[in-house]
Order: sequence, then structure tokens, then C-alpha cells
Amino acid sequence: MTLAMDYASVMGRANEIMKRSLGLDYQEFESGSIAFDYEALMNATGYTLEEVTKIQSRTAVGNTPLIELRNITALSRRYAAPGRGARIFAKDEAANPSGSFKARRAACAVAHAKKLGYKGVMAATSGNYGAAVASQAAMQGMECIVVQECYDSRGVGQPEIIEKARKCEAYGAEVVQLSVGPELFYSYLTIMQETGYFNASLYSPFGIAGIETLGYEIAMQCREMVGRDPDMVVCTNAGGGMITGTARGLSKAGSNHTAMVAASIDLVGLHMASDSQFNRKSCTTGHTGFGVPYATDPDHSDTPRSAARALRYMDRYVTVKQGEVFYITEVLANLEGLERGPAGNTALAAAFSLAQEMPEDAILVISETEYTGAGKHIQPQLSFARDNGIEIFFGDPVKEDKVGVNIVLPKDPGYIKHQEADITRFRQSLIKKACARAGVTSPNEQDLVFLAEETKTDIAFVKATLGLPQ
Amino acid sequence: MAKKGDWVRFHSIVLKAAERTAKIPEDTQQCDLQQWTKGFLQDESAAVGDAVTVRTAANRIVEGTLIEEGPYYTHSYGKFVPEIIEIDKQLRAIMWEGK
Repeated sequence: MTLAMDYASVMGRANEIMKRSLGLDYQEFESGSIAFDYEALMNATGYTLEEVTKIQSRTAVGNTPLIELRNITALSRRYAAPGRGARIFAKDEAANPSGSFKARRAACAVAHAKKLGYKGVMAATSGNYGAAVASQAAMQGMECIVVQECYDSRGVGQPEIIEKARKCEAYGAEVVQLSVGPELFYSYLTIMQETGYFNASLYSPFGIAGIETLGYEIAMQCREMVGRDPDMVVCTNAGGGMITGTARGLSKAGSNHTAMVAASIDLVGLHMASDSQFNRKSCTTGHTGFGVPYATDPDHSDTPRSAARALRYMDRYVTVKQGEVFYITEVLANLEGLERGPAGNTALAAAFSLAQEMPEDAILVISETEYTGAGKHIQPQLSFARDNGIEIFFGDPVKEDKVGVNIVLPKDPGYIKHQEADITRFRQSLIKKACARAGVTSPNEQDLVFLAEETKTDIAFVKATLGLPQ
Repeated sequence: MAKKGDWVRFHSIVLKAAERTAKIPEDTQQCDLQQWTKGFLQDESAAVGDAVTVRTAANRIVEGTLIEEGPYYTHSYGKFVPEIIEIDKQLRAIMWEGK
């Protein structure tokens, strides 16, 4: 029997296709109400941290250097009060085979797919993850298809995404490029159904388990280098996997007092599914357009339940402007001799300013760097912006930034200033969306505990959010 | 003219504008959902604009319209952006001048 492949038919079979393509039945973790058993989902990978480390080391993933950014620390202290200015360290994840921390996620997912007997793997991503899956598939002898949102309707592509397509092809993968729109998921499911390949989703427990080694290494390297755990780890935040996995890894290393800060580029006001606004942004990841929706509604991804649940682990959420990230990228190259990013330097821009709040002996770690290449570099990204009519000038990014209109480069490093996002509002938003998603108006006891865990709050906060009697 | 086995880039329409889901902005709603892929041409020969059948890198057989023979990348390090040089100059002045 030939299955109907029209939009409605394929989307109607989404759960069935995902179940087959993930080798996991998510129904097992559901309570039938709002709550689901997140830890059981994470344990369903069947891999311990030690086993994940072994899987990754077979393909030279992980064990990346932790680099003290001494000159950036010194520069940051020039704008701090006396005695302030934490020591800033960067985990050089660009040293992974595919040039980003995403190799950790991919190593685990692809090894698992191979073990289960799948012939190929797929990923829906316009980011570094595509190259990571393609690189792992190359090493493990599997077919790979990466589906990207890349172009606007005129066929004009973001240089950063085009570079990522090139890198996937360099590893032998097929790259399917689409114009703007969430129906990418339909194409993704269609190809998954046709090929029977494994869904190496960014949001599967295999992917997130792969990031735990990053947090674990940060704790161990800090202990070795400075004799203690980091006071703060800043993670560039988009889909939420980085902060989730890193926090879990730190916790597995016994580092339970590290403040976890998510940092995103502020793109509030740009619609991510708008064809005409697609090329008005000058960075394609690490921004609020992904960060906020995924934090407040993690389960709208390409898995029935996302293993990336940022608000479970986040203590603060800060934003920076595009111009600040481009500027700090140049600082990293000029003062530290490290040409990395730009998108992955979102956390670095935030860290530069956050460090100024902290004492000089405090330890602040940014959890990643990423590779730089043609298209994926501040010059092509700024030059592309200018070609698209975006104004670029030096000024005060906090006061003058207008998303989709300009890029304001800080007139000196003292103008790099993170902004505190309202995490309380995001937590309330998650609680309300989770109730709406489950169609539940009066949550049971288990739901209340779950929602408190989901938001790193307590039952009183959940009840207050929902207007329930305490 | 591309021959059988040549590496080509091809294009197709996944969803016509009228078939798109309602939950997208109006401007996107008015555009077709388009797709670009590459692979080995399966037809004996074809010119740009012809309907073709292609075998992709992952061995899928896909149909579309031929748009490029021997496709290659042209993305680059972009045009000169004078502000970048300004940043470099400023950083050196702050950090190293007078030392």
C-alpha cells in the first residue's frame, strides 16, 4: 500500500513516524496529564556519563581545552569597580571534529542509531549541528541527510547557513535546503518516512546526554586549574540543549553551586517565520527568536518531548545585542588570538559584562566557542547586513539598537552591557503553556511538582501563577 | 547541457502558497515553500529549466527542475567593513598603548 504523502496525511502520522525514527516510545514517560517523567526519558538512553565519554572519545570528541582569557579579563576590569572583574575562561569547543560542541550531541545520537541498526541519520538544523551529525555519520559509516531553512523566497541565503551547508556536504551528507517556514517539519517527516533513517534530533535524550560531558569537564578542569568549581557558567541559548546538558554534567561532577546563566542575542520584534524579515537578522542562532520559545514551550520541537529543558536549570537569562556579539568576536581574535564564532560568542559578550558584577577572584566560564569560516565570520555577516540595508555604526547598543534596522557596535568596550531578561515571566509562561498544551485547567499534585521542577521554582510559585489557592 | 551522472543542483516546490499552514505571517503565506537539493543527474541529458530525476548524496531518487550544472559555493569573507579595522585599532590603543 502506498501511503499518502500530502501535508495533512504526513502531519497526521507525525507521532508514528517519530516513534519509528527515534527507537523510543515517548508514551512510556507520560502521566496522562501535564507531567511526564523527565528523568526516565533521560535514563532511557541507557548510557552512563562514563559510557558517553567513551563513545565520544572514539571519535575525538570532547576533552577540549579550557582557556583562561587573561586579556579579556584585564579589559573587562577596566570598566569594573575596584576589586571587581571575575576571571573569564572559555571552553574551546571549536576543537571538536566538526568545530563546535554539537559534535558531543551528534556522537551519542549517531552511535546509538548505528547500534540500533539504522542505515542513516537525519537532522533538521540550520546550525552547527548539521555539520556535527554529518561528521559523525562520516566517521561511523552511515548515510546522512540534513534539512535546513536557508533562503528567503527570492533564493537569498544567509551566508552563515550556506557555510554550514557546505560543511555538511564536505562530510558527504545530502543537504536539503528550504525557504522560510515551519513546514520544514513536513519535509523532514516525509524524508524520514521515505528513508527510515534515525531522527538524530537536537532534542532527543541521546543528544542531551552527549552535552553532559561538557559540564563535567568544566568542573574537573576548573578544579585542576584554579582548585575549585566555577562560580558562574554562561551558555549561549537557543534550543536550550547547551544549558540543560551543561548543568546536568556539572551536577554529576558534584558542582551544585554554580550559577547557570543563559545568554541570547536580543532579536525581539523579528518574526522568525517571516519571509521578508528572514534576512533582516545578522545572526541565525543563539538569539531570542529560538531561546525564548524553546525555554517557555520546549515540547514544540521535532520530538514528542524535548530533552532540552532550559528553565529547569537556568538561574538567570540575559540578553545582548548583535553589535555587542560582533564586537566581542573581534576582541577574542585581537586580544586572545582566537578567531571563533560569532554566534557562539553570545555568552562571551554577556560574560564580559557579567564579570564586572563579580569579585576579582570569582571564576566565570563560557561553555563554548565555535569554528569560523567563510560566511560565518563577522565580516561577511556585517557586509551582508549592509547589503540588506541594515545601518551599522558605533554607539550605545543598549539605547540605540533597533532589530532589523541597525547594528550598533559599542563605541568602546564599556558599552557592552548585558540586559536582564524577566525569567519570572518566562517561568509563568512555561507553566501556562504546559497546562494549555495538556488541556488541563486543574493540575493534580504530580503536575504541580512537575511544573515546579520545570521552572526551578516551588509549588507556591506554580499555584500563584495559575491563580490556585495556596 | 548536463549529461547522465553529472553533479547538478535542482529545485522544487514543496507546497504552493495556497497549501501553506495558517499559522505563518502573511508575507510568508504568499510564498511557495521551495526546496533546493543536489545530486547525480539520472536523465540522459538535461538543460537548465528541464524537469529532471536526480540521485542525491544519500542515494535518494528525487525529481525537480534543473537549475545549475556543476554547482559550487560563492559565499566568502564578505566585502571590506571599515568598522572592523576601527575596533582593532581601538582595542590595541586601550590595551597596549603606553606599555
